[in-house]
Amino acid sequence: MTDKYAQLVNQGLGKNVAKKLGLPQPAVLRRYEPGQPLVTGPVVVLGETAAADKLAAELLSWDLDVRRHAVPREKLGAIILVLDEVAHPRDLEKPVLAAAGSLRDLGPCARVVTVSRPSGETDTPAAAAARQGVDGFLRSLAKELRAGATGNGILLDGGVEAASPSVLAALRFFLSGRSAYVDGQFLTVSSAAGSLPDDVERPLAGKVAVVTGAARGIGAQIARTLHRDGATLVLVDLPAAGDHLAAVANAVKGTALQLDITREDAGQRILEHAVQRHGRLDIMVHNAGITRDKLLANMDHGRWSSVININISAQLRINEALLASEHFGPAPRIVSVASTSGIAGNRGQTNYAASKGGVMGMVRATSSLVAAAGGTINAVAPGFIETEMTERIPFALREVARRANSLQQGGKPADVAETIAFLASDAAGGINGEVLRVCGQNMVGA
Amino acid sequence: MSIDGQSINGPATPGAAASSAPALRRAVVVGGNRIPFARSGAAYAKSSNQDMLTAALDGLIARFGLQDERLGEVAAGAVLKHSRDFNLTREAVLGSALSPETPAYDLQQACATGLETVVGLSNKIKLGQIDSAIAGGVDSASDAPVVVSEGLREVILDLNRAKTLPQRLQILSRLRPKDLAPLAPGTAEPRTGLSMGEHQALTTAQWKISREAQDEVALNSHRNLAAAYDSGFFDDLVTPYRGLTRDGNLRADTSMEKLASLKPVFGRSLGADATMTAGNSTPLTDGASTVLLASDEWADARDLPKLAAVVDAEAAAVDFVHGKDGLLMAPVFAVPRLLARHNLTLADIDYFEIHEAFAATVLSTLAAWEDEEFGRTRLGLDGAYGKIDRARLNVNGSSLAAGHPFAATGGRIVASLAKLLHEKGSVDGRPARGLVSVCAAGGQGVVALLESL
Repeated sequence: MTDKYAQLVNQGLGKNVAKKLGLPQPAVLRRYEPGQPLVTGPVVVLGETAAADKLAAELLSWDLDVRRHAVPREKLGAIILVLDEVAHPRDLEKPVLAAAGSLRDLGPCARVVTVSRPSGETDTPAAAAARQGVDGFLRSLAKELRAGATGNGILLDGGVEAASPSVLAALRFFLSGRSAYVDGQFLTVSSAAGSLPDDVERPLAGKVAVVTGAARGIGAQIARTLHRDGATLVLVDLPAAGDHLAAVANAVKGTALQLDITREDAGQRILEHAVQRHGRLDIMVHNAGITRDKLLANMDHGRWSSVININISAQLRINEALLASEHFGPAPRIVSVASTSGIAGNRGQTNYAASKGGVMGMVRATSSLVAAAGGTINAVAPGFIETEMTERIPFALREVARRANSLQQGGKPADVAETIAFLASDAAGGINGEVLRVCGQNMVGA
Repeated sequence: MSIDGQSINGPATPGAAASSAPALRRAVVVGGNRIPFARSGAAYAKSSNQDMLTAALDGLIARFGLQDERLGEVAAGAVLKHSRDFNLTREAVLGSALSPETPAYDLQQACATGLETVVGLSNKIKLGQIDSAIAGGVDSASDAPVVVSEGLREVILDLNRAKTLPQRLQILSRLRPKDLAPLAPGTAEPRTGLSMGEHQALTTAQWKISREAQDEVALNSHRNLAAAYDSGFFDDLVTPYRGLTRDGNLRADTSMEKLASLKPVFGRSLGADATMTAGNSTPLTDGASTVLLASDEWADARDLPKLAAVVDAEAAAVDFVHGKDGLLMAPVFAVPRLLARHNLTLADIDYFEIHEAFAATVLSTLAAWEDEEFGRTRLGLDGAYGKIDRARLNVNGSSLAAGHPFAATGGRIVASLAKLLHEKGSVDGRPARGLVSVCAAGGQGVVALLESL
């Protein structure tokens, strides 16, 4: 699971050779650790709207070094472009060119974050053009950024204010090392719901979370990350994976529940366990998933049905049981693991992509049901993540898949886990029905 | 806990006055965990007793969230034990996720070891000495200790005491080639020289237990165990280990024909009357099991389930040396004594767990209870002790299918029975009752009574 090429070009001789030959030079990404500063340098807030003033004031209260104008040749930690009032495409020029002047001053693993409004059918054509323009602009800028820097956007939907909890939480997420492998993405905040944590280092304190597929890989890392953020964990995996599951449970001081999630009563069993041991269930992370790759011409019942059953049907059934329970909540969170395969498609993965596309459809359609219970449901769509599963991809194919993104490297399970932890937090209460990609801005699937 | 040391808050005093005998409180089974049992020399060939016991403990800890807990006590044991494992259980605790401040002790009572740890720890809980405990057992027939010959042992010890080179040479000259051959551990009874299987063969012939009846017990054991696995019964009782997810000895597809095709391995001196085969006898097995025991208060405070209460237990022994009773027949006497203490008969028991050392052991036990003369002359009754409903016997399989890592069998049975009783709930408005019977080397037996919660 190590990226030997990335190690080689980040030190001594390898670094020089790669530079001279113009080879890809994936940066060592800044990943979150408790106690770490939010950003690596001053933050420039560009834009002249009330929202820009509010955000600048908020960032000051986070003890950040905030600038309203860039000082040339000062290494910057982040640029925040507040574009919420653009009414015509020509309105973009001033703030965008102001940002352009500072791009060369961005430090390693710096951040560019736009704050704007999504375009919609009720907008004037000019306003919609300007708003949609931000989309194309940001995605292109993200591809131009180097040295581990990322560009992401926050969309304020339906009159949501810039200072609402989930906007601030999303901003904190994008600035921090938690979003190391999230690049070129937009996240929509659609309501003012959600509450900021008392302790930003333990945003999940007091929460009871269930993680499926927790015995290894991304699931085990989700468990570790949620534990670090303060959650109490119930870890689920197949009985046959019980030994690995027990090791993870003992490491995060949670409980192991050996359970086949495709059982009819899986949701009931998860609830019973969580409620008996912890009196409640706050967070459900649907991570369990399998691949059974085959070209469709060679597909059979076993490969198709097992993937559909485990990756999506089980989630549907479990959600139904949870949403019918009085113990799920009071501000329930469901986070599902989708995949960029479900967005862009992948040769040999018709079954897998159908299941993961299914996850995204389910998330959108379940959002109103969960909102009625005071909660949210969202999905993360990982791109190429360094796991035991991707380790088995043939070398050449793996190298291509690894480099075919703006950060020129594969993500780590922790990157997926950090995004899930963010979406599972109380502060993300205004984000619902969204799919956030953790893919380093993968070239496929746009 | 806010203090760095160990809280002095011990178990709540169950009785009123310290000087008088305190009222007993209840000991409950919270749950259990074991690793799948493996045939010796197979999946766990390279695993030590300590490895397996630690794995079984860690699975239990994970199931019930006991990380860093200081439990009242952990007791376990092994029948085949290396001398280096003098503190086997404590070492396993130290290697587990439990608090290192959890005390532990080893216990050894042949095949009854596992059940006796449950009995002893339950008694401590009932007395109020401890609030929580893990009982268990482990055995490896693969990693069994190999002993040097008496001749070599004496030479080595004398060499150690010798002071001069001539003395050492003189001692070494005593060594003979035969002294260098290692001694494998035997399962023979020291006082009779007969193996357990040969002893049972005598009992089997005495009670005229047919080959077919034995094969039927074996078939049911495999079928019941396989069905229990398929239904998910063991999902919260077993944690996989070293690639094994089900008991290695389980043959879900065995049949009367296959069992009938096996040649007798015990009692061959009986010629055509020999009935005991590898199919209706337990194989040498590796494995470990654990049971979490607690007071009601301790379990409630941690929101843990309570499956069954450990009501009472009884041990018995027989004079097999002089042939008065069969080696494995002690439970025949222990059960009536135990049930009499509670004014119960066999008819009052909802589930029987009679350890299948051999299919014939179970059948000989039942035959003795059904025999009028035995009832009169040996149990002091008016007639036969009673007959049990075979549909209540070993309903989720037993040692013939699961295998029998000697000291681990008691824990396997207690945890499975407690879950079974809990699922049954109540019978005619009273708790469901379960009886455990385990026979052991040396003509011993331990039996226990559990009630559903």
